[in-house]
Amino acid sequence: MKRWLAGAMVFVVLTLVGSFADPYLISLMTIVLLFTFLGQSWNLMLGIGGQLSIGHALFVGLGAYSVGVLYVKYGISPWIGLFLGMIIAGSVGAALAWLSFRFEVRGIYFALLTIAAAEFARIMFSGWEFVGAMQGLFFPAPTGEIEFLMLRGGARFYYFVALALAALGIAGTELISRSYLGYVWRAMRDDEPAARALGVRTFRHKILVISVSAAAAAAGGGVLGLVQGSIFPDSIMGMGLSVDVLIGPVVGGLGTTFGPLIGSLTAIPLNHLMSAIGDSLRIPGLNNITYGIVLILVVWFLPVGIWPAIVRLGEAIQAPSKVWLPHLRKAEE
Amino acid sequence: MTALLEVKNLSRSFGGLVAVKDVNFTLEAGRITALIGPNGAGKTTCFNLVAGSLSPTSGQVFFEGRQINNTSPEIVCRMGIARTFQIVRPMRDMSVLENAMVGAFSWTKSVKEAKSKAYESLERVGLAGKANARTDQLTLPDRKMLETAKALSTRPKLLLLDEVMAGLRPTEAAGVVRVLQTLAEGGLTILLVEHVMRIVMEVASNVVVLHHGAKIAEGNPAAVVADPKVLDSYLGAGFHA
Ligand SMILES: Nc1ncnc2c1ncn2[C@@H]1O[C@H](COP(=O)(O)OP(=O)(O)OP(=O)(O)O)[C@@H](O)[C@H]1O
Ligand SMILES: [Mg+2]
Repeated sequence: MKRWLAGAMVFVVLTLVGSFADPYLISLMTIVLLFTFLGQSWNLMLGIGGQLSIGHALFVGLGAYSVGVLYVKYGISPWIGLFLGMIIAGSVGAALAWLSFRFEVRGIYFALLTIAAAEFARIMFSGWEFVGAMQGLFFPAPTGEIEFLMLRGGARFYYFVALALAALGIAGTELISRSYLGYVWRAMRDDEPAARALGVRTFRHKILVISVSAAAAAAGGGVLGLVQGSIFPDSIMGMGLSVDVLIGPVVGGLGTTFGPLIGSLTAIPLNHLMSAIGDSLRIPGLNNITYGIVLILVVWFLPVGIWPAIVRLGEAIQAPSKVWLPHLRKAEE
Repeated sequence: MTALLEVKNLSRSFGGLVAVKDVNFTLEAGRITALIGPNGAGKTTCFNLVAGSLSPTSGQVFFEGRQINNTSPEIVCRMGIARTFQIVRPMRDMSVLENAMVGAFSWTKSVKEAKSKAYESLERVGLAGKANARTDQLTLPDRKMLETAKALSTRPKLLLLDEVMAGLRPTEAAGVVRVLQTLAEGGLTILLVEHVMRIVMEVASNVVVLHHGAKIAEGNPAAVVADPKVLDSYLGAGFHA
């Protein structure tokens, strides 16, 4: 219960931020929240389901293009685009997983397959005139008016869309993780043969978790495209985006509910700050270097991520004798 | 006399090594059978063949009259065969209780039901007091009992136990023996691998002896320990019962 309360408080603070912050902060926080959601989708797949994807941009891109093509070319509401994108990405994810596991391609080899698939899609979309090829797709500039049915509006509107998405992602992960799926998926993550011996049909559960993760990533991708106002294959389906998706949960805490939020909240503003400093000092790439260093430091000193470390610290303050019992999930409650 | 499990001419080789050689036995419902033999005799391999973790090179396994060799382990489990692993395999990032819950999800989707079944299983093996511990806080004998609890949560008809009493003190082992007897009285069929002869004598109504992968003897415990072939195989392997 404490967790729901904490979550609600964070939500209130973020609502206030959206109501009063200046445009720069709003646009920064919109990206943070979107990557919280995308990170959450990735986290569900690895942190709970035990399946590593390093090509999540594939699903993000499919979502963005579904929204973009339908809206820009046919004027169809992004709501429908989001829905379609989720179905397409969910099916592509399921098909990829099915093929892979059917032929015993698993673990790190499955991860390599996800990159290959993402790169294949990126190259295909780069040459596909119908979806704008390398020139990309452009959404018409927002009028500033909020059209809820068309999911169109100004920066503040999209901030709240991103906030709603992030909240949904966190609540959804929490619900899944407490349902039988959470138990079964974590068992499969910890020891697949042992889980199978206990009756867990891991083949279908792996396909399911990947499909759910892909569909969620597509929803995030659809909104990301709207927020950015344009879609290019190199950025929305590129390797760089796949990495951006996983930085939040890795820095914040793998497999935890709040990790992706904390991680994105740390990593993305830092990246922006360093890129600003780099620009003024004329050191191009300073942000990438700092990013790399911070990642290494976090993985080195806080291998389980920032969020579990905070929880542990909180526990230490409340009950000093219990510090030696820091169990990741127990600690979160 | 209904055979719950029937193993027919079962063989399995790994490269040139024949780990299980033309083995036959049947398990009767509600009885406890011990599978014994010196180290490397093929006991664990037999378990893996029955549980679907390995497929036989030749031969068949029948459970309730249905052929189950080449069936995947999760389906074999759902049919009613649960097994423990000789080398314990706890889910490391899950608590003792959560570990014991997993098996219950083979027959229910309700977390509440799974939890109460898990408590019941832990209770049986004497681990209820450690339900919220992490698995790495358990001693090895406790981890073996957790394996048993995990298997019990699947509501099996046949339970395969691979050396679950190893490392237990005699009084503790006696407690587990009573648990197994109670389970068998409740209709559960048990096949157990056990090295301590005293336990085998006490708990098993039938004993199957393997040596170099082949069955060299079968019968009631007293007859089996008196069998010169059995004595030879153990003494030859430097084992003293
Ligand atoms: N996966 C495998 N690959 C190759 N050889 C194996 C494999 N599993 C078992 N063996 C071999 O098969 C033989 C039988 O092993 P098994 O584990 O079934 O014996 P066991 O009777 O359970 O012995 P222990 O009492 O030591 O547990 C051994 O020689 C072992 O090395
Ligand atoms: Mg063995």
